[in-house]
Amino acid sequence: MWRRHQGRFRPVGCGIEELRRNRREREAALRKARREQQLVSRRLLRDNALEEASGVVEILGEAEILQFLRLAHRGTEEKEREKALVSLHRGLQHPETQQTFIRLEGSMRTLVGLLTSNQALLQLAAARCLHELSHSEHPAVAEACLPATSYLLTYLSGHSSDFIELCLYTLGNLIVGSEAVRKQLLPQGIVPALAACIQSPHVSVLEALGYALSQLLQAKEAPEKIIPSILDTPLPQHMLRLLQPGPKLSPGVAVEFSWCLHYIICSQVNNALLITLGALSTLGLLLLDLAGVVQRTEDTGLELLACPVLRCLSNLLTETAVEAVEGQIQLGDERVVAALFILLQFFLQKQPSLLPEGLWLLNNLTANSPSFCTSLLSLDLTEPLLQLLPVSNVVSVLVLTVLCNIAEKGPAYCQRLWPGPLLPSLLNTLAFSDTEVVDQSLELLQLLFLYQPEAAQAFLHQSGLQALEKHKEEVQLQDRVHALRETVLHG
Amino acid sequence: MQLPATLRARLSEGPGAAEPLPVVRVPAAGAAPFRFVARRVRFPREHEFFEDGDVQRHLYLRDVLTQVAEAPERPRVPEFPCQVAGCCQVFDSLESYEHHYHALHRSVCSICKRAFPSGQLLDRHLLEWHDTFFQVLAEKQNMYQCLVEGCEEKFRTSQARKEHMVRRHLYPADFRFDKPKKSRGVPATICFGQGASRGFKSTKKRGKHH
Ligand SMILES: [Zn+2]
Ligand SMILES: [Zn+2]
Ligand SMILES: [Zn+2]
Repeated sequence: MWRRHQGRFRPVGCGIEELRRNRREREAALRKARREQQLVSRRLLRDNALEEASGVVEILGEAEILQFLRLAHRGTEEKEREKALVSLHRGLQHPETQQTFIRLEGSMRTLVGLLTSNQALLQLAAARCLHELSHSEHPAVAEACLPATSYLLTYLSGHSSDFIELCLYTLGNLIVGSEAVRKQLLPQGIVPALAACIQSPHVSVLEALGYALSQLLQAKEAPEKIIPSILDTPLPQHMLRLLQPGPKLSPGVAVEFSWCLHYIICSQVNNALLITLGALSTLGLLLLDLAGVVQRTEDTGLELLACPVLRCLSNLLTETAVEAVEGQIQLGDERVVAALFILLQFFLQKQPSLLPEGLWLLNNLTANSPSFCTSLLSLDLTEPLLQLLPVSNVVSVLVLTVLCNIAEKGPAYCQRLWPGPLLPSLLNTLAFSDTEVVDQSLELLQLLFLYQPEAAQAFLHQSGLQALEKHKEEVQLQDRVHALRETVLHG
Repeated sequence: MQLPATLRARLSEGPGAAEPLPVVRVPAAGAAPFRFVARRVRFPREHEFFEDGDVQRHLYLRDVLTQVAEAPERPRVPEFPCQVAGCCQVFDSLESYEHHYHALHRSVCSICKRAFPSGQLLDRHLLEWHDTFFQVLAEKQNMYQCLVEGCEEKFRTSQARKEHMVRRHLYPADFRFDKPKKSRGVPATICFGQGASRGFKSTKKRGKHH
């Protein structure tokens, strides 16, 4: 009854082109919101029956709301009282009804009374009304729900999984609604309550919990006020347990908790703790697993999980604590490089906007690791890497940076890097007008000429100097253009 | 992007690391006017590098809201009554039965038939109301433990605890801590506090409806 609808398109009455345009518009709105640091989203659980019944939601006026509340409150039969609440629930799908509802004196008190009543049907129907309110974008609506939060938290510890799921999504929505809500939820014990709930065996509960936690972690004040208390509980251990590849791994749950981990890790509160708990090895294995899945299926939803996993690994690799465990198998395992390339290929086909995130991890893997650089060479991955150069300027710069990471390790590396398509590719990038791309190309050429002198000769013979000429007037580049020219001409 | 055929094979083999080629650097590398240094990069949460991925994440969260697809139907069952003695509730779905059972029969005090929303609250109730040893101890020391998950504080009386929960944990001041009615069969109220109820009856008397 209370299954969340999966994110699939229903192309009824709507062409593909219309869906695409619609998606582009929503993307633009989200981008704008993110730049304004206003990017929040809420999830809605809805009953199938209600979904079918509601073609157009009618706005309820004060009198109707009061009428339904009165019926729910004083009706003689439970079924009749439930029906009144179901009607109210349907009405509350409309933002205007939500506003009217919260302005009505005593309405929330009555609803909370029903939420805590001893009649299970009413309890459930009242919880659905609250959930509908929690989905509102208006902070005032979220704040009107404040009297309900202590009960929602209490219900997390021992109800039917459907009801707990509903409470969790409601809490997750309210959390992003207003800081006032978070200021109340923290003392009310939301963190310990979630820590207790994460031991639930129900996948739907775990996914809802991951959602609520990710909402909490996105709060502006999270690094100072929320993450330290989360790290003090067994939550991190359980989150990592739920990300371990294997037959028990649920993609929906893993998506939520990998985003949670990302929010924790990029806040840099205590990443050493996560590393001690084995975060690198768990995430590394998950990356291998994802690469395996990509090869077997066409599931495009995979990037939703791959993205936070890449971010977590990349940021964790910058921690000094990593050095201590570097010798261990998880980071010395060259299969991580193989998996990453399989994912890069997948992104190229399905979600090119995620290529930079994958290349960022490749940079962090190769920057300080001769072993990973050697793997990349011995697995013959230079050519596929070069094939990414035309994708975009950002991608080009990252690809060239990874090549620089390899080249700066010295002659043995440049000797392996050199044969094949590297020179033609570099001559192409010199034709780019983007300064950053050319900038990084010049750095790579310097290393190649230094460690693999025959590269300078080949460059000269293939009209490399003419390609350089183009950039000799650019202030940022001219010193290096000049230096390279000298090297090529005079050794 | 053409990946070597051997790559997939490498993935399915066991873990292993490449024996690194010898690293030999000369000082001229990266020396001015050149400046390359291999380094790991960290990005903070708000960095624009994360924009695309964040947008995808939020589209996913919202897709769930706006894109409606057929969810698996749960099996329909003929109406059936609650099996608990004294309860005459009838159900048309397993979910509503499950909810009813958890709300009213799962954590019920066997002595006074009060229902609790969780096993922990039932345990507190059993201790505080039906354990004579507790009563003896409570006269000498703080025995009323805070009901909020994760708080270990203890109080002399349940009233002091209530004040603590309202002050420290921002529990609603109208969180009802009075004694609920006893009944046979179905519990009359759900108890949130120590023997306390947050029954709907409480709001009925207030006459908030015009
Ligand atoms: Zn029953
Ligand atoms: Zn009792
Ligand atoms: Zn306390």
